[in-house]
Amino acid sequence: MQATATEAFPHSGAHAAHHQEAGFLRTYVFSTDHKMIGLQYGFTALCFLLFGFFLMLMMRWQIAHPGKPVPIMGPMLASLLGNVAANGIISPDLYNSFGAMHGTIMVFLAIVPLAFAAFGNYLVPLQIGAPDMAFPRVNMASYQFYVLGGTVMFFSFFIPGGAAQAGWTSYPPLAEVVQTNGQTFWLIGMIFLISSSLLGAVNFIATVIQLRAPGMTWMRLPFFVWAQFVTAFLLLLAFPPLEAAGILQLMDKVAGTSFFLPTGLAVGGKLAHISGGGSPLLWQHLFWFLAHPEVYVLILPAMGIVAEIIANNTRKPIWGYKSLVYSVLTIGFLSFIVWAHHMYLTGMGTKIATFFQTTTMLISIPSVIILTCMFISLWGGSIRFNTPMLFVMAFLPMFGIGGLTGLPLGLSYSDIYLHDTYYVIAHFHYIVAPGTIFAIFAGIYYWFPKITGRFMNEFWGKIHFWGSLIFMNLIFQPMFAQGMAGMLRRMADGGANYSGAKTPDTVGGLSPFIMGLHTWILWAAVGLALVQIPFVINLFWSIKHGPETHSDNPWDSTTLEWQTPTPPPHGNFATAPLVYRGPYEYSVPGHERDFTPQNEPDPACEPSPA
Amino acid sequence: MDIPYTVEARPDTGLYNAKVGIWLFLASEVMLFGALFSAYILLRVGAPAGYWPEGWLNVPLGTLNTMVLITSSITTVMAWASLKMHQFGRFKLFHAITLLMALTFLSIKSYEYHDKFTHFEILLKDGRFADGHIIERAPDHIVIHGRIVNDEKALYNLHEKHIQLKEVTIQRSQIKSMERYGPWHNTYCALYFTLTGLHALHVIGGAIVIGFLWGPGSKLWETDPERFTNRVEVSGLFWHFVDLVWIFLFPVLYLL
Repeated sequence: MQATATEAFPHSGAHAAHHQEAGFLRTYVFSTDHKMIGLQYGFTALCFLLFGFFLMLMMRWQIAHPGKPVPIMGPMLASLLGNVAANGIISPDLYNSFGAMHGTIMVFLAIVPLAFAAFGNYLVPLQIGAPDMAFPRVNMASYQFYVLGGTVMFFSFFIPGGAAQAGWTSYPPLAEVVQTNGQTFWLIGMIFLISSSLLGAVNFIATVIQLRAPGMTWMRLPFFVWAQFVTAFLLLLAFPPLEAAGILQLMDKVAGTSFFLPTGLAVGGKLAHISGGGSPLLWQHLFWFLAHPEVYVLILPAMGIVAEIIANNTRKPIWGYKSLVYSVLTIGFLSFIVWAHHMYLTGMGTKIATFFQTTTMLISIPSVIILTCMFISLWGGSIRFNTPMLFVMAFLPMFGIGGLTGLPLGLSYSDIYLHDTYYVIAHFHYIVAPGTIFAIFAGIYYWFPKITGRFMNEFWGKIHFWGSLIFMNLIFQPMFAQGMAGMLRRMADGGANYSGAKTPDTVGGLSPFIMGLHTWILWAAVGLALVQIPFVINLFWSIKHGPETHSDNPWDSTTLEWQTPTPPPHGNFATAPLVYRGPYEYSVPGHERDFTPQNEPDPACEPSPA
Repeated sequence: MDIPYTVEARPDTGLYNAKVGIWLFLASEVMLFGALFSAYILLRVGAPAGYWPEGWLNVPLGTLNTMVLITSSITTVMAWASLKMHQFGRFKLFHAITLLMALTFLSIKSYEYHDKFTHFEILLKDGRFADGHIIERAPDHIVIHGRIVNDEKALYNLHEKHIQLKEVTIQRSQIKSMERYGPWHNTYCALYFTLTGLHALHVIGGAIVIGFLWGPGSKLWETDPERFTNRVEVSGLFWHFVDLVWIFLFPVLYLL
């Protein structure tokens, strides 16, 4: 507890002391406090983020140097995983496992838990002026399910045959005919993770509906809360179909059913001993019914973080608050009717393809509105270029690149050529890596002072930012070229078999330049790993040794999370906050200070209970 | 600060927290079963003509089970209404009936499952199909209560009236392969066991919660009757949903 906080909130000291009686287990492991659960989510998810990143590093080595032992990590791989990594060489089976698990871990165990569960848990109750989430014990259960799911996923690497090998999309029949238990582990892990998301989503929505402080009307909610609210709805309604699909595929694996296995399926040259009659396309529909809204689950919380940081650092209200709110609601709705644009190559027919092309083009409109509002918000602002703001400023064009390169994939004509190439990888990584992950970094630097009472180091923060920005672009920009040259994703040799060098008399072989980009990307990825080192050290060092904030509201912010003691005690607010105004009252003419907190009394306006 | 609206309703929404929570949870459950029903439609539409089983399930038993669940829904409402009228004894009585109905439902369901798991389709070496329940196993032969048909298609439609089942002795040496009517048997069985199995898990879950509120959990009535009534209401909403899923499952699997 900071000295300043105790002065500003005389009751908070006694309040905190009352709760310090709880033991270590209740405080750190089985906590029901939304802030501790948020931090648990954040820490676990950051570990998985790093783990997923290392999987990718080893894959990049294998792609650039197929069949050569992995330096440094190779002996460890060989001793941990045995035959699949004999002599430290990544076998094609292991490469497939790494590919499937990189995607699964990054999406379901790293980014969503960070952007939605960690930031949402910590901030949503604070920003709406609530003492906690609506169902604290459900919240704890949500985290525990997440850890269980993560554990199952992680340990599947060490079972005989290794982890799932059929990509994060797990398309049957391939996913089901691989003769190992990796896929079964994957499915059980996913069922835990989905249950965790469902509990979290119910909790978030109920919290926003029920626990808004008096005066916190819907149109006074910070945009971050709106983004989380819509995200929670996407998780609530889109995840259950994947849970259903997961149950069906699990039945196929363990009970011998044929939900996704067609009649006449041959495996290894022999007719499979199955009843048949299933439909592989059914899986794709159920999977993408989740997985497209999932894309918005990845990006909407990031947009929420970006809006908060832009408003604070331009010292201006966010431009077009209402447009932002309606756009995010529109995205939420439309995201449920675009899923089959991942399936143009399945032969579902041009009429259906036309419908999904139309909805896909429609959903880009609210996305562009949001991005445009963010850009216009910068106009005429007196911008503070601190580390969180730098990450946010980079988010805008990076997300722009990711979004615009998605348009050719949403149109079936161009998608038929680009489908399943490195172009797709570059496209969605631009959205998730320098998009969402940058927003997550920005959020960590921005809210760190609220959690610890100390700033993170600015100098190393800037090193982290510039390094990440440069290396991420060096990694993903060449992939657009590779994809347009026709290089397919998911190949354990990085496309060497299709290179012009290997098949000189074939038209359209991959040129030496395109193949050479692999080396380029590998070293950029190593560079990206190196510039994360200052971030990790900065994060832990600053908890104890960062410069002190000397204020509960060091960024001079208007939203309610900064109007609490630092760090917020159990129950958050010393006295129940009353809300008198909108979330972004920066630089209001005629006011003494350039920010007016939401709970600053306004003599002209009494808070209404809604 | 304590969490508000845990018991009393928030004025502008008119709901207490748990009620919002359970409705949201039920929305996700609708999507879960919605996806499974979609899977049913897609797989059935894609099945070759004449090979979708008809009349494989016992309609009178299914009807009885439907009645059982509807009765339990009524007693669930009555239990909650009794608490609203401060009649704790009647609550105990009504929810005892609910629990009894849940048990009855599960018993009938287990009987139906057992019937399917002891039902065999036997491919004979001469290309014909024997089909029925085994009533005797000897080292060299088996006796089934069923019939032998020439075309497998004949096994799919059991709506025809003139099907005669009798005891048939089959020499083991004649048998090429045999398979129980388990989930692996065909797509219909897979859907039947998956859908009703998931539904049965919901019945068990609901019965555990209601059983807790009926037994040890009912102590809360003495200390905080309003909160206890809310818990009974929320668990009742879940029970109605479980009931509703069966209302859809019954026609889809038994009648269509």
